[in-house]
Amino acid sequence: MAHSNSRRHFMATSVQSVGLAALGGMLWSGYTDSVKASPLVLRPPGALKEEDFLTACIKCGLCAEACVNRETNIDKETGKARPGTLQMAKGGDALLIGTPFFVPTEVPCYMCEDIPCVPVCPSGALDMSSLLNEKEELDINKASMGLAVVHKESCIAFWGIQCDACYRACPVLDVAITLEYQKNDRTGKHAYLLPVVHDNACTGCGLCEQACVTEKPAIFVLPNDIAKGKAGDHYVKGWDMQDQERVKNAQGKETTTDRSKKTADEYLNMEVEY
Amino acid sequence: MKHIKYLLLRRTTQISLMCLYFAANAYGWHILEGTFGTSYLFGTVPLADPYTTVQVLATGFVLGTDVLLGAAIITVFYFVIGGRAFCAWVCPINMVTDLSNWIRRKLNLDKEEVNYRFIKRSARYWIMVVGLLVSAFVGVAAFEVVSPITIMQRGIVFGFGMGAAVILTIFLFDLFGVKNGWCGHLCPLGAAYSIIGSKSLVRVKHDHVACTDCMDCKVVCPENQVLHMINKESISVTDGECTNCGRCVDVCNDDALEFGIRQFVKN
Amino acid sequence: MSVNRRDFLKNSAAVAAASAVGLSIPKEAQAAAAQTESKWRWDKAACRFCGTGCGIMLATKGGRIVAVKGDPAAPVNRGLNCIKGYFNAKIMYGADRLKKPLLRMNDKGEFDKKGKFKAVSWERAFDEMEFHAKKALKASGPEGIGVFASGQYTVMEGYAAQKMMKAGFRSNAIDPNARHCMASAVVGFYQTFGIDEPSGCYDDIELTDTVVSWGSNMAEMHPILWSRVTDRKLSNPDRVKVVNISTYRHRTSDLADVEIIFSPNTDLVLWNYIAREIVMRDEAEKIIDWDFVKQHMVFAAGPVNIGFGMRREGEKSLKEGKYSDLEMETVSKEMKTIVSAKEAPALEPYGYKEGDEMKHTPGTLKHWEISFEEYKKSLEPYTLEYTAKVTKGDPAEDIEAYKKKLQYLANLYIQKGRKVVSFWTMGMNQHTRGTWVNTLAYNVHFMLNKQAKPGSGAFSLTGQPSACGTAREVGTFCHRLPADMMVKNPKHRKITEKGWGIPNGTINPVGNQHIMKIHRDIEDGVIKFAWVNVCNPYQDTASASHWIKAAREMDNFIVTSDGYPGISAKVSDLVLPSAMIYEKWGAYGNAERRTQHWRQQVLPVGDSMSDTWQWIEFSKRFTVKDLWGESTLRNKKVLPDVVKDAVKMGYTEDTTMYEILFANDKARSYTLKDAFPQLGYDDTESRGDSRNVLGSDGKPWKGYGFMIHEYLFEEYASFGRGHGHDLAPFETYHKVRGLKWPVVDGKETQWRFNVKYDPYAAKAAKETGATDFAFYGTLAKALSQGDLTGIKDKNKKSLKNKAKIFARPYVDPPEMPDDKYDTWLCTGRVLEHWHSGTMTMRVPELFRAVPEALCYMNPEDAKKKGFKQGGLIWVDSRRGRVKARVETRGRNRVPQGLVFVPWFDEKVFINKVVLDATCPMSKQTDFKKCAVKLYKV
Repeated sequence: MAHSNSRRHFMATSVQSVGLAALGGMLWSGYTDSVKASPLVLRPPGALKEEDFLTACIKCGLCAEACVNRETNIDKETGKARPGTLQMAKGGDALLIGTPFFVPTEVPCYMCEDIPCVPVCPSGALDMSSLLNEKEELDINKASMGLAVVHKESCIAFWGIQCDACYRACPVLDVAITLEYQKNDRTGKHAYLLPVVHDNACTGCGLCEQACVTEKPAIFVLPNDIAKGKAGDHYVKGWDMQDQERVKNAQGKETTTDRSKKTADEYLNMEVEY
Repeated sequence: MKHIKYLLLRRTTQISLMCLYFAANAYGWHILEGTFGTSYLFGTVPLADPYTTVQVLATGFVLGTDVLLGAAIITVFYFVIGGRAFCAWVCPINMVTDLSNWIRRKLNLDKEEVNYRFIKRSARYWIMVVGLLVSAFVGVAAFEVVSPITIMQRGIVFGFGMGAAVILTIFLFDLFGVKNGWCGHLCPLGAAYSIIGSKSLVRVKHDHVACTDCMDCKVVCPENQVLHMINKESISVTDGECTNCGRCVDVCNDDALEFGIRQFVKN
Repeated sequence: MSVNRRDFLKNSAAVAAASAVGLSIPKEAQAAAAQTESKWRWDKAACRFCGTGCGIMLATKGGRIVAVKGDPAAPVNRGLNCIKGYFNAKIMYGADRLKKPLLRMNDKGEFDKKGKFKAVSWERAFDEMEFHAKKALKASGPEGIGVFASGQYTVMEGYAAQKMMKAGFRSNAIDPNARHCMASAVVGFYQTFGIDEPSGCYDDIELTDTVVSWGSNMAEMHPILWSRVTDRKLSNPDRVKVVNISTYRHRTSDLADVEIIFSPNTDLVLWNYIAREIVMRDEAEKIIDWDFVKQHMVFAAGPVNIGFGMRREGEKSLKEGKYSDLEMETVSKEMKTIVSAKEAPALEPYGYKEGDEMKHTPGTLKHWEISFEEYKKSLEPYTLEYTAKVTKGDPAEDIEAYKKKLQYLANLYIQKGRKVVSFWTMGMNQHTRGTWVNTLAYNVHFMLNKQAKPGSGAFSLTGQPSACGTAREVGTFCHRLPADMMVKNPKHRKITEKGWGIPNGTINPVGNQHIMKIHRDIEDGVIKFAWVNVCNPYQDTASASHWIKAAREMDNFIVTSDGYPGISAKVSDLVLPSAMIYEKWGAYGNAERRTQHWRQQVLPVGDSMSDTWQWIEFSKRFTVKDLWGESTLRNKKVLPDVVKDAVKMGYTEDTTMYEILFANDKARSYTLKDAFPQLGYDDTESRGDSRNVLGSDGKPWKGYGFMIHEYLFEEYASFGRGHGHDLAPFETYHKVRGLKWPVVDGKETQWRFNVKYDPYAAKAAKETGATDFAFYGTLAKALSQGDLTGIKDKNKKSLKNKAKIFARPYVDPPEMPDDKYDTWLCTGRVLEHWHSGTMTMRVPELFRAVPEALCYMNPEDAKKKGFKQGGLIWVDSRRGRVKARVETRGRNRVPQGLVFVPWFDEKVFINKVVLDATCPMSKQTDFKKCAVKLYKV
């Protein structure tokens, strides 16, 4: 009977181990899934889409090391490196731990021309090919780390104050942020000089956010997914020859609404109330 | 000095490596950059953690060649030479868990029957496999989300933040919870290196003739199941779970334990 | 805490009383009476910063300023502000405000030039100042005491300082930082109009069709005016044209229809080109308004070999070898230059040709009348070809396209019926020929009869809030007295002495210690006591290392009064904590002649006291016999002993300057009243305050007992009233949002010299029979006759009520890029920071916005030199070098061959690099051009 006892024992412990592993695995998955759900984060230039980036980033920190130790980051007085733009998420940052990110109000991205943080990425989480221009050179203006958004109610330029600190701080000045002139009818002789951010040129570096002089910045960089809407793929701007490129993945998909969820037969075979 | 020779060597190695990693960030040195996930030696030779690499691959993401090459280099190194030496000679958590163990002995926590042995040493293999499954399922290298090893290493290089709590947890768990709880029972990376290094060349050899059966080696050994041959047979410690830490060699007063090269062909 | 029941009653009573006598109380004052429960008190004031002169309202609560708003009733800004004005409420509360006098001392508590700063009492501070001032007087006479004055002085402070200096110490070595900012404009005004300050006003902006900005980044430096220009452009985009003329692209180009990037110093050529177009095309196109020109203008010329305002051969520090060989390469140009190929065509009508040696004599204001034909001859060289070749500042620009722009510019000016305003600031003023280029601007406007008319005129904008109001109108310059009077003029001295109640002959007739000369005199060991007021001369002066070395290493005593510690305080021996702007009563005068007053809003921080108080307390330490005996000046001129005359006037030998200059009977007649505007407001100087600061005698400060601010203002104003400088009564300014002087019969003046708008012009025109204009300024209004090369007939002909059109050529500046130093350096400001940043670098938001000064560079240059965007480089001249970060894509887009570095950042101490060459006539430093080389750190 010892044989069957030991077999039962083996069966029981096996089931127990598998069960425990399943339990642990589920808890682990739940936790992992929750910590990666931190969409309000700005990633280095060339980062893959957040979902893919989290997959790909091997958390080695080489980008952050390249950032802080770049040749242009020397403090004038001490001759040592200043704090870098890229930080590595720590426990308590409410971000997927070990991944690089930046906070513009602390240190914005200075948009180095040689982009030292990207070529060092060994895993491909920072995609160099996304930063190449037509001449196949690294071009930081191709970066799209996020999009600056202006909160008009707290932006003092919209009050009529002559500010535009963000405009002057923008490294893609007059392209990513332009000034829109409007008459100030309240005073009758002044003009509003309003900052307007242009999605296609804004890299999300955050220099504007850092420069903003309101107590809490009235212009701030949000990750692209959050800052941007998306118009339907089924419509092409008739006045824009390039616009078809935007909808190149358009598919004539079947649609369902409350009204159309019943099949034609089902619907027709229902009695009409009268 | 004889009794702490390998301990000193190990600490020196561990601390030097951490210093090099730290200096790469703090001073821009190009000796050893990055972290375990991926490092570059002298700015050129890639080194990567095999288990992390496999986790990422499990998510379905095709990693850059440097990572793959780095993981291969590390794997080959430990496979051929080092065995599970990473755990004892590189991993910074080892210093934390060794400290736990040392205090544990000083406080007689082992003897007072306060070691909760509710986890089996085999749990780590389960965790290692589950980690890969979770990675594949959630799409993120799962162990890296919780790994105290990289949290500690990044803490040293970039600053700890709340990560320090994780390290403290491990310390307390090993001290008041399970003896050798983390390294000997849970750590999937250790498990991975146990497998990788199971056939490596560098091994501790036992001379049972010289042995006086004092069992000091078994007291200090964090994986003392691997020392089953003590005072029984004169063979090498061939179990992959041996971390090649050399504490047994250090504490042996009888010259009954020494490092050597595994002999595949028996005399 | 402060607005209690009693205040409420007082406020109500004031309003009731005012209404009873029919005074119009500002609405806010009425509102204040209604609002006492809210614990917030709103009162009007002027913005602390630039020369625009925006009106603001300040809210105080619990003895602190808590908020600011643009004053909706202020005509300049109508409730708006710029980014700096937005922070007026925060500028006084930086953590490192100076709160106690600080003296360099050794361990025994004695003064020690090499000691560390330690807090001392006000009494001790004044003891030290008295001791060292007397020592300086003994060693060098009145010329041994110098004051770095300010265009940010309140009117009253400036007046008190200059009175004590010129009447008390008999020293004219008081000169404001405004020397660096608009002295060339002043000499331009004097030479052209015979009287200082602009003909027009800001209303021109709304009335004009064309705004041409010359060397002025209005978008950043005069943002509120710029927003008015923008509004004007928007209101009629097709008709209204904006042109930006500069040596590099800056934000003013944003709105411009045309941008002209010229090579440094060649604005002289540009103006002459426009004048040439006017003159040469006149015959065919009838461009010149000959009626106007014949009736109101004469043509004039002066010497061209006048040096560059640098140190001259034989000066002590040159002889002592304090200037390196490298520096001497440039300084030697002060004595002679070789006429270059570039300047030769322009100098040909003056008798020079390429390769000639031009011997320079010290700068002179001398000029003489010439004929129109001579003037025309001077314009011959400025053809489109020559102009385009010499002036094109961007090597990457196509010359033909550039020529088209020049023609477009000239045609804008010339177009009949098109109103044109030319604005300029530092680009034209900080210029080794600043006076010349200022006068050239008027030439064009005059010939077209587009000056002093609504919507038309050449208009010099000022940088500082009271460069006009205090530095110029009060006359805190070494050569000036109040209301356009000059120390050199015996009649003016007499008038002033009478007004000041001091003996005839007291005022020193030699006024040549301008701000550069003060620094140089310290370096030469002549000035041994210097006092810094409301400025930062050790950061804002070119060739800074020389002056800092002289202050730290030579036997002298430097005092700095300031709200915050800056470079000047750091190099000083004694630092005095000064009350800041809203901690005292004050008045500023802006660029359009608008005088604005405010009341003390809060008590000063710590033990700080106003500069007015500091000057008056200092005056208590000196008696008639201390200062008014005979002394001999450097030029051997003797200042007579006036002690006996003083005794005759009723003073004794021991009467203090305080009693004579500040606490005289006239002063005491301005009594303290519990009535508007004094009621309910602190007045630390007049009444003392609850802090009971231990004063200059060691006793708690209780006040002078009379209304010192009103006295100082009224006495100052008395000099200008009836002389084209009329100011309204003190009290009036507390009811209105500033008034543009001359205020005649309670009405301000918008366009001076224009009979329709200016009562003085109307009066003067009656004498000449003119119906439109009278240029009634009186300085240099009789000239000898001559041609371009010199005087031919020494007899002076009167040109009363006329203005002048000057022939002035292009000449090279003393330092230009060469093989060794291959790049132009231009310095300037940024919108976010004020001057040396002592205030704005302490406002966290502004500091965060622009934490450091950058070196703006063309990306091509950076690439060629191997610099990276953001990388550190050395900016190195013959005088010194600083580290700065390369910026190739910032707000300023410079052409190849030129870099721009702002000067607000003491950690990028660019004035160590800049050359201290000045306009030899105005003595204003040229901060806009010197030669540097750039290399990696």
